[in-house]
Amino acid sequence: MRYLPLTEADRGAMLSTIGVDSVDALFSELPTGDLSFDLPDHQGELEVEQALTAFARENISCADAPSFLGAGNYRHHTPASLDYLIQRGEFLTAYTPYQPEISQGTLQTIFEFQTQVALMTDMEVANASMYDGATGCAEAAAMACRVTKRNKILVSGGVHAHYRDVTQTQLKHIGLTIECLAPDPIGIEDLIGRIDDDLACVVVQNPGFFGHLVDLSPLAEECHSHGVLLVVCVAEPVSLGLVTAPGTMGADIVVGEGQSLAGPASFGGPGVGLFATREKFIRQMPGRLCGETTDEDGRRGFVLTLSTREQHIRREKATSNICTNSGLIALAFSIHVTLLGEAGFTKLAAINHANAVTLAERVGVLAGVKVVPQNFFNEFAVTLPKPAADVVDELAVKGILAGVPASRFYPQYEELSNVLLVAATEMTTEACVDALVAGLKKVL
Amino acid sequence: MTNPNQKNVADASQTVSGHRGLSFEEAIIFEIDTPGSSAVDLPEPEHDRDRLGGLRRRGGVGLPGLSEPDVVRHYTRLSQKNYSIDSGFYPLGSCTMKHNPRLNEKMARLPGLADIHPFQPASTAQGAYRLMDTLAHWLKELTGLPAIALSPAAGAHGELCGLMCIRAALQASGDARSVVLVPESAHGTNPATAAICGYAVESIPGNGNGRVDLNALKERLGPDVAAVMITNPNTCGLFETEAKEIADAVHTAGAYFYMDGANFNAIVGRVTLAELGVDAMHINLHKTFSTPHGGGGPGAGPTVLSEALAAFAPVPFVVHGPRGLAMAEHAGQGEAQHSFGRMKGFQGQFGVFVRAVAYMMSFGKDGLRQVSGDAVLNANYLRVRLSEELTASYDGICMHEALFDDRFLKDTGITTLDFAKAMIDEGFHPPTMYFPLVVHGALLMEPTETESKATLDQFCESVLALARKAKRGDAVDDFKNAPVLTPRRRLDETQAARKPVLRWKPVPMPQAAE
Repeated sequence: MRYLPLTEADRGAMLSTIGVDSVDALFSELPTGDLSFDLPDHQGELEVEQALTAFARENISCADAPSFLGAGNYRHHTPASLDYLIQRGEFLTAYTPYQPEISQGTLQTIFEFQTQVALMTDMEVANASMYDGATGCAEAAAMACRVTKRNKILVSGGVHAHYRDVTQTQLKHIGLTIECLAPDPIGIEDLIGRIDDDLACVVVQNPGFFGHLVDLSPLAEECHSHGVLLVVCVAEPVSLGLVTAPGTMGADIVVGEGQSLAGPASFGGPGVGLFATREKFIRQMPGRLCGETTDEDGRRGFVLTLSTREQHIRREKATSNICTNSGLIALAFSIHVTLLGEAGFTKLAAINHANAVTLAERVGVLAGVKVVPQNFFNEFAVTLPKPAADVVDELAVKGILAGVPASRFYPQYEELSNVLLVAATEMTTEACVDALVAGLKKVL
Repeated sequence: MTNPNQKNVADASQTVSGHRGLSFEEAIIFEIDTPGSSAVDLPEPEHDRDRLGGLRRRGGVGLPGLSEPDVVRHYTRLSQKNYSIDSGFYPLGSCTMKHNPRLNEKMARLPGLADIHPFQPASTAQGAYRLMDTLAHWLKELTGLPAIALSPAAGAHGELCGLMCIRAALQASGDARSVVLVPESAHGTNPATAAICGYAVESIPGNGNGRVDLNALKERLGPDVAAVMITNPNTCGLFETEAKEIADAVHTAGAYFYMDGANFNAIVGRVTLAELGVDAMHINLHKTFSTPHGGGGPGAGPTVLSEALAAFAPVPFVVHGPRGLAMAEHAGQGEAQHSFGRMKGFQGQFGVFVRAVAYMMSFGKDGLRQVSGDAVLNANYLRVRLSEELTASYDGICMHEALFDDRFLKDTGITTLDFAKAMIDEGFHPPTMYFPLVVHGALLMEPTETESKATLDQFCESVLALARKAKRGDAVDDFKNAPVLTPRRRLDETQAARKPVLRWKPVPMPQAAE
């Protein structure tokens, strides 16, 4: 067995040192029972590769079809050096940096990541990562309740359905009231009118799930005049290169999904949760934080800090139960942002927007098709003259991944059945758009 | 804080550049900014018609510009400041730092597994669904439990999944219980999880030989107890020999038995959870099934469930339908009618699933039995050899990790921390320190099955020599100063917490006129 270094001779020598007769004797305290597993025996590397390749072949890769899929998970190009760097064994096969003297590499990259996230969202501080955007959203709402000492949460209908569902699920047993507004494809919900002094926070998403870009400043102002925190979700961090940042508009907590800048969709996971807030709230933050300090020789170094918030110290009084988070994906996110730099990041965002505007112009003129949001970044909802799920299935047969039907998230809302989400990124070529337009003409 | 007794080792190798041979000093990216530079060449946008509604970001983001060679060198240098399983022995107790096969990385990067979208039509993603179904089958077989939730993102998330299922099952039967019992030796995530699931947490004492005190547990069980969470093998590295009696007592009291599966590596292929009376257990794929720890994740914490809890599993999960495999995505509907909800965006940690499946297929059922065998053999070998100078906390056979305490350092003036830091200079990652809390100054060592006898022997000889040196009493300062051969020496954690600096900030510049 290629991954096991011990030889039979080693095992024999070690058993005699220990003073037992067999490896099985080490397990004599375990109950005996049926161990006839319906599983195959070991296989060589070649056979495993063939088996996994067979799984892969049953899928249509987004590389092989024009793809307009988004809904919180976006396909971007990643530079070759990114995937090389995250596969360096010193990053890939290290544990959480509990021994800072031999973990300065991981720690400094976390410090840089925290800084990048804070700058991109225009917030003061960020943590070392959450599992994903959806769990980050739940943690943000819980944190807002701790900060305000209130227990009511209001979730906009423009928030990703998964973020909403995870928030409802995760917080349902700790005495909080969560009001979730109906999905809002047209962008007409009134949040400002619902703000009152009992509310801990309002959770919104920008750009919204249906694509709308909204100036959140008036909402932030109303929130703050009632002591309410504004939680803003960002499902597409590339938007931060072109769109006014949540922090600039008055957000108190910003959470996001970093996948789109970190690497391939990988069927939706692992992603990385971004979590940023105001400095005055740091002691209520969930998750790990890396801080700067000095070593015994007075040199700058980094450590995990403020761990009295965390489960391994605080146990049942911790701000969250999170331990393992999404370190390597945070590193991938950070490396990509470093590779892009200011010039690349803002240009990437501009390209995404330009391609989305082109897409809207091309599909918006098709008979019976209407682009819903007036303002958007790289994704928007369209209404079709027939059910969007049918259109998606018909175009999938033609080798086009046409987008995500809103009914996938809201099967119970009849009025959303004709709504389709389409996204364009720098990967969306003119040929892709031509294919979609031709396909839509055929099936509509 | 400077230790007056320290030898100033840094001075001995002072250089003009600050680098020391192969040990490079590396600035923060923001300090090596060349404004305008980028490591990515992008075309100009096709046009500038905008639909931003006036929400164009003003002012810069503030990110630095670097060329590709600068970026590659930056991260390469930083990587070299890390200890890793690739480069050395990492006996970090309860973390299962085993070899990460690169085949798994290669498989996770196949375009048909990496470049697929969570919301592709089911007809275009049957291979992904089948891979998830395959993983579910392996984990259900290996544990003997009938159901599984794949979506939890890590161990603590899996604990929450299990407790949420238990809470849903109790609610469904109209039984409102309010307390979760946790042994005093438990991981911190157990009580933290119980608390965010809305339960009061009470601690159960140990019995003096490192196991749960069955009588104390029985005494506390009652109509208010919802669940008992027990790690097995436990955090002392010992098998809970009364696991079945514990399960029976828990069930008799109308409560559920949650087993923390952090240490599943010790028993994989050797006992089923069905045999142990378990209702729910999370499996850390990033421990037992060797997906890389990545400096703090990502992990995955699939949670196996007994028949009594199966109906309450969170969405999404794969179902077999008339048109092939499908995903149940909505709690309250169809097969997910009783689901307690959703824990995670999208379809779970799919990329981690791919790696775990590649690992399981490589070992097969015969190999996995050898995995637990060698893991336990290696731990017992360390226990016996190191007992020559160190003090093992409990007598007799251990499972996959060996627990020592600081009695061997009594009256030396050297602490567990000092001893661990000295191990760093010897080229080893220290064991888990000061955990579990039930022994004084703990050193918890988990060698895993992927270490050779030669590595273990070298480790033992180094640690025994250090112990003898500590007991001699003439080298206390060496321990207090350790480590000295690392990129940084001991760091001031008090300063970091007292005045938190959590990000880089530009040096303030004189205000320019707008």
